[in-house]
Amino acid sequence: MLWDALRLAFVAIIRNKLRSFLTVLGVVIGVAAVIAMVTVGEGSSAQVQASVERLGTNVLVVRPGRVRMGPPLGEPAPRFDLKDAAALAELPIVAHVAPQSNGSYPVVEGNANTSTQVSGTTAEYLIVQNWPLGMGRNFERSEEISGASVCILGQTVRATLFGAGDPIGATVRVRGLSCEVIGVLTARGAGSFGQDQDDLVLIPIKTMQRRLKGDNEVGSISVALLKSVESATGIRTVQALMRDRRQIEIGEGDNFSVTDMRDFNTLLSGVNSVMAGLLSAVAAVSLLVGGIGIMNIMLVSVTERTREIGIRLAVGASEGQVLAQFLIEAVVLSVLGGVIGIALGLALAWGGSIFLAIPFAPSALVVAMAFGFSALVGVVFGYFPARRAARMDPIEALRHQ
Amino acid sequence: MAAPLIAFRNVSRVYGSGEAEVRALADVSFQIAAGEFVAIMGPSGSGKSTAMNIIGCLDRPTFGEYLFKGIAVQGLGQDARALLRRHALGFVFQGFNLLPRQSALENVELPLIYKGMPGPERRARAREALRKVGLEGREGHDPSQLSGGQQQRVAIARALAGQPTVILADEPTGNLDSARGQEIMQLLQALNRQEGITIVMVTHEDDIARHAKRLMVFTDGRLTRDTAVGERV
Repeated sequence: MLWDALRLAFVAIIRNKLRSFLTVLGVVIGVAAVIAMVTVGEGSSAQVQASVERLGTNVLVVRPGRVRMGPPLGEPAPRFDLKDAAALAELPIVAHVAPQSNGSYPVVEGNANTSTQVSGTTAEYLIVQNWPLGMGRNFERSEEISGASVCILGQTVRATLFGAGDPIGATVRVRGLSCEVIGVLTARGAGSFGQDQDDLVLIPIKTMQRRLKGDNEVGSISVALLKSVESATGIRTVQALMRDRRQIEIGEGDNFSVTDMRDFNTLLSGVNSVMAGLLSAVAAVSLLVGGIGIMNIMLVSVTERTREIGIRLAVGASEGQVLAQFLIEAVVLSVLGGVIGIALGLALAWGGSIFLAIPFAPSALVVAMAFGFSALVGVVFGYFPARRAARMDPIEALRHQ
Repeated sequence: MAAPLIAFRNVSRVYGSGEAEVRALADVSFQIAAGEFVAIMGPSGSGKSTAMNIIGCLDRPTFGEYLFKGIAVQGLGQDARALLRRHALGFVFQGFNLLPRQSALENVELPLIYKGMPGPERRARAREALRKVGLEGREGHDPSQLSGGQQQRVAIARALAGQPTVILADEPTGNLDSARGQEIMQLLQALNRQEGITIVMVTHEDDIARHAKRLMVFTDGRLTRDTAVGERV
């Protein structure tokens, strides 16, 4: 009986292909939206999670100026220099300090060239970032002190300039400055904003200051705290030291900022889940509208097939059997829409994950729930038309033209 | 004497109420025994279709009693009457009433599906029924690919497949030419004689009614004549 009802449902759906397709479009769109959004959301959460885990220990980033939206107010805040970094390194709660001075420069090797972010920093940068070398070596202390012309390439830069070749020992020109390649970083993939973290060249910070920028400034300082230190304690200690060094009076505001990278990533994943929630609400409305579409077309179908229902009742179908037949048809219709929607949503999420450079993270639970909800839509919105069919008077139904 | 198969006891069927009240059947009593072949005649509006609907458990009397195999049908709900139709009754209609776009075999299987018969047994039974009505080899044809006479045979096979006690035929030859009509009547006679199936048939053609053994005539909602066929009044 169930098998026969399923077969009948498929026959009825295939007979009106275009109509069936338009009927389930609402469910398709609703399910596809949920699947695509949740999958992309999970992917970017996984991304954020991974970057949090990569950081390893508590890392604070100290920058000059307040972190605020809008145009800068008043005098620009004074920059940091290497003495600030040295002072931070003296703090007993600090494990590692990596000052950074960044710029965007063309990098050339033979005929190949690229424009990339160049970070002037120290050997400790790789420790703070928990970023192992893929090949070669880190900066040596003597190179940092002398401002030697050496560099470490990110994977994207290495691939652009050297392809499959071995870059160690080769010379690249960073805005005209010849640097020997001493190391290559491991691949890290996309960051929290989807930026390519491997599109990067590291050089000693003194090389940056003297040979490229011609100043003594430090753009930002990454501070890795000892594992036993709470990040709140770390932030307070760092703030106190910097206020003292920058001679900020009591009552005056900071002219620098201290950010915990973990807080930042937690915030990002919070934004992601709010977005997923909003889009799920939109998808729920779409499913509701899709369900009403199914109810509408099932009512038309019941009216069109009045005579068929009369015949079925005459040969001995019970109310329950007729009800089941039309209910199954509605459920098959909506589940079909759900399956198409799941496929479409996963395809969209897959495309989106490539475009946003985040992991493709399909969730079996979400797919199962989408499937369940589409079946539920069929039951809820198919019940009323099916009951109308089951309650027909066989004599009237047989007389219907 | 065993209980009659079909017994009407002072059956009335009233539609509407008050001014608009229509009395389709008025105080009708009769009995039909197992194995009979009854033709019901009468002008339109005489109540013969209403009587057929009540016999077929599609409708219930407003007053009076209708006993089918001793069961008081007037007290039964929709589902209980569906069970009676499923297990004891077969219908043949003037307009054939086959399901379009389903093969002859699938049409004949229909009542068996509702009996919950498993697929292989169901198909074997349906093939056997089609063979009995002379449609061997047409199992896969759609109704639209069959002539009127063949479609009516499929409908008879469908009624037959459920192994009914009674076949109710409502103007079974009304849409057929007289040669096809005669063939259908011979088929029904054969089923009546060989399978012992009771047949109740509504018709308005004397030629067709002649094939029955008993003739009932309705006029204005009353049974006005009830004689053996060929008997003169």
